[in-house]
Amino acid sequence: MTDTRWIGNVLMAARPQAMAALLRHFRDLETAEEAFQEASLRALRAWPKNGPPRDAAAWLIMVGRNAAIDAIRRQSRTTPLPPEDLISDTGDAESEQAERYDASHYRDDILRLLFVCCHPELPATQQIALALRIVSGLSVAQIARAFLVSEAAMEQRITRAKRRIAAASVPFETPGAVERSERLAAVAGVIYLLFNEGYTSSVAEDRAPAALCEEAIRLARLVLGLFPAEPEIMGLAALMMLQHARAPARFDAEGRVVLLEAQDRARWSKPLIAEGLALVEKAMRHRRPGAYQVQAAIAAEHARAADAAATDWSMIERLYGVLEHMQPSPVVTLNRAVAVSKARGAAEALDMIAPLAKSLDGYFYFHGARGAFLMELGRADDARHAFDRAIALANTPAEAAYIRERLDAISQPAGRRV
Amino acid sequence: MQYTILCYHDEKVVCAWSKAEDDAVMARLHQVHEKLAANGKLGPVVRLLPTTTATTLRKDREPPLVIDGPFAETKEQLLGFYVVNCETLEEATDIARELGRANPGGCYEIRPIALFMDAGAAK
Repeated sequence: MTDTRWIGNVLMAARPQAMAALLRHFRDLETAEEAFQEASLRALRAWPKNGPPRDAAAWLIMVGRNAAIDAIRRQSRTTPLPPEDLISDTGDAESEQAERYDASHYRDDILRLLFVCCHPELPATQQIALALRIVSGLSVAQIARAFLVSEAAMEQRITRAKRRIAAASVPFETPGAVERSERLAAVAGVIYLLFNEGYTSSVAEDRAPAALCEEAIRLARLVLGLFPAEPEIMGLAALMMLQHARAPARFDAEGRVVLLEAQDRARWSKPLIAEGLALVEKAMRHRRPGAYQVQAAIAAEHARAADAAATDWSMIERLYGVLEHMQPSPVVTLNRAVAVSKARGAAEALDMIAPLAKSLDGYFYFHGARGAFLMELGRADDARHAFDRAIALANTPAEAAYIRERLDAISQPAGRRV
Repeated sequence: MQYTILCYHDEKVVCAWSKAEDDAVMARLHQVHEKLAANGKLGPVVRLLPTTTATTLRKDREPPLVIDGPFAETKEQLLGFYVVNCETLEEATDIARELGRANPGGCYEIRPIALFMDAGAAK
């Protein structure tokens, strides 16, 4: 490993904590970011010579803070104080050290940093982009590539988001218990949004969106490290790990979508599955169920099945039933219907989704699932109609190609089914 | 004499490795493992899942307390361990050095083993 790569990893790992402390200190995202940037540059100069500091985050906070104070003084054209004042102010250093060991303080710092990016005034796409830029430290170019948009468009999106944050009020007092759990829920929401952005837009030939999934998992591990006893955060992390574990099997060599039931399970990532299952188990112990935990439990059922035929569909149906109870939505009902079709046949599933036709008319998966049910019941014409609708609504070329294949299967001699 | 080589590293840094970096480290380590195994030096090798999957049982009270996560909050975490068969501490240290060249960063703690029971012995 070259020196800079090694330092890059340390900077990346220390970034959330350092950025979070700098944000608390300066109460301004832009200043905090510049301070961190400057500290990183100095780290690149100093660390290869001196070796890594014992506490990289503390080093970056101290150096970044001093650099930014210097810059502010220079800008305001006041006479700078002698640098000794900044460095040898031991009272300050001691309090800094005390702060560093106050775990709850540093927890709330990072939570605040994440929460700022999840500001309700920002649209979801800006929330994710800002979190990637500020917390994860991805470059604008990297983020643009992951979102499959131009760099200029992404730059603009992030600039707009920052401007909105600067104008909005950011709470700097230590949050109370209720507020903290609200923030945690908002942060979890954005992390999952980030994951889904990567999951739905990832295509076989482009690894960039899959990087979003990895980043989402990293952020979930970070939050879980801060709040190790929150079952919903365990659930969120597990859900993403168990889904992402399938990434190597989701596309075939030609870049076509491979459905869960047809995936080569030997290609699923075993360490991610092990970690996900461990977290599901830990979460259950708390007996405080939540939507992420239930979804993780569903993903765990798939992960535990040795092959598609071994899937416990009635368990999955029950779990979707629980989820439907917690978070009623037509999409959850649709998913339960898929489980029902596997457990008890397509006729019952088709009846179940009939009332959803209106609310899910613009949803790719609704027409795809409906087409599959109809095909299973031998209603080829109705199935063709449903698949045509699905193709029109496909989000990616791979999705459209998958449905087209099923359409082709209809045209084949009777009796053959895919 | 058997020694353990306890592997400590900042978990945040290791989790920041890309899959390619992780694979590269594992491939380099694998070469060392093979050599050690060929010389009959290598015992069990264990890589642990992240500390977020850990559960701690505090047994200094009755009933014991089950809590999430590792007991101690430290900068570097126990991420795995080796058991090696060596004549001397120096030999164990040399092995650790070689492993360290394949996997830089963090530290190895070399500890002699007082008792080692494998599954067969437990029967």
